[in-house]
Amino acid sequence: MTGSFWTRVDAAGRNVAPFAVTAMLILVAMVPLYLPGYGAVAPGLGLMAVYYWTIHRPDLLRPAFSFGLGVMQDLLGGTPLGSTALVYVLVCWLILTRRRFFLSTGFTMLWVGFGLVVLGAAAVSWVSHSILQVALLPVAPVLVQALLTAALFPLFAWLFIKVHRAFLQV
Amino acid sequence: MVRLAVPLRALAQRFSFLLLVSSAIMLMMVGKIDAVLVENVRARVTDAFAPILEAISRPAATTANLVETANELVDLRGENERLRQENAVLLQWQQAAQRLEAENRSLRGLLNYVPEPAARFVTARVVADPGGAFVRTLVVTAGRRDGVRRGQAALSGRGLVGRVVEVGEWSARVLLVTDLNARVPVVLEPSRQRAVLGGDNGDQPLLMYMPPDAPVSVGDRVTTSGHGGLIPAGLPVGVVASVGERGVRVAPMVDLSRVEHLQIVDFGLPGGLAAEAAARGGMQ
Repeated sequence: MTGSFWTRVDAAGRNVAPFAVTAMLILVAMVPLYLPGYGAVAPGLGLMAVYYWTIHRPDLLRPAFSFGLGVMQDLLGGTPLGSTALVYVLVCWLILTRRRFFLSTGFTMLWVGFGLVVLGAAAVSWVSHSILQVALLPVAPVLVQALLTAALFPLFAWLFIKVHRAFLQV
Repeated sequence: MVRLAVPLRALAQRFSFLLLVSSAIMLMMVGKIDAVLVENVRARVTDAFAPILEAISRPAATTANLVETANELVDLRGENERLRQENAVLLQWQQAAQRLEAENRSLRGLLNYVPEPAARFVTARVVADPGGAFVRTLVVTAGRRDGVRRGQAALSGRGLVGRVVEVGEWSARVLLVTDLNARVPVVLEPSRQRAVLGGDNGDQPLLMYMPPDAPVSVGDRVTTSGHGGLIPAGLPVGVVASVGERGVRVAPMVDLSRVEHLQIVDFGLPGGLAAEAAARGGMQ
């Protein structure tokens, strides 16, 4: 009896990993690094995590969870409530409707796919922020942020693969 | 668990996405309509996460300090020489300031001048610099129980950084002067020309509402004018960095990406317009 109980606790702990990693990265992305101009182009670490886990374990990081994490990021980050949540849900939707494409290809294609997703996410958030502010916001910081996020993806993808192998593949 | 037929499951999935997307859009509308409610929730959530943010921001702060120390060590001699020269100049200024202070005191005595209320301040650590490309805010570790209130000015050692827009129990959010929504009434130093400093999310905010022929040149000091009563007059904000066709840009006194500690200053109760602006939900 106890054996099965602890097995279940262990499984639950492992299954929380994608969610926990995503939440942690969202918080880490908010830490001030004291680099000039960094705050404006801080890479969207949360988006990387949502992308990776939605492709590989959509059963553990469900769209509703991504939505919740987006709301948390909006509340903490001071961005208009719902704007990040919208981006995360749309990313989930794009991935889950074309999951076969994202899953079957190698790492380069995973990276290229992420590049496209990042650009789409940047466009969606630029449009939604511009509508909410009733003004055309500058495009440059959004683009730089998107490029930086895409460029740093392999580093964090490596981390996700490590976590994936360590916790979720027995 | 009920196993749904494949088409039914696809339908359910599509429906759930539709639900999530419309909830996100609804949340945006709620944020526009009931800013006070959203601000309250924000303050609660920020309070809840402030200790975690504080813990994970420590290593970054330590690393930044180490790099700074290393840089200082490299340039010790040059720095020393520069400081010697600066000290000589400052000693002269000290003389001038003492003379002016004495004169000021005697003139105030003659005029029966009402002194401004003494300012109280609380110093807080910056634990988060969130918001990305769209918002310029900082989260600090001081809140209502430390006496922080909405609308108070946030200063760093050298000048104005922003003002408090949201207060939790032990955390607060500061809207930087560079944010798109920040407006600070200012005055240019030699010409006494009034203007409003408005951020546009860039590094250098813009001077707005200035007559086109106003005398302004690069290097003019920009200080708060105290109009509106929210922020007291005379706090240094920045220096005019460029004058061009597309407006006058101001370089803030403080390097806003490297602020580690903030002073949140209570200059006494604001009244009139200021009280309205400081009322909850006034920022959005």
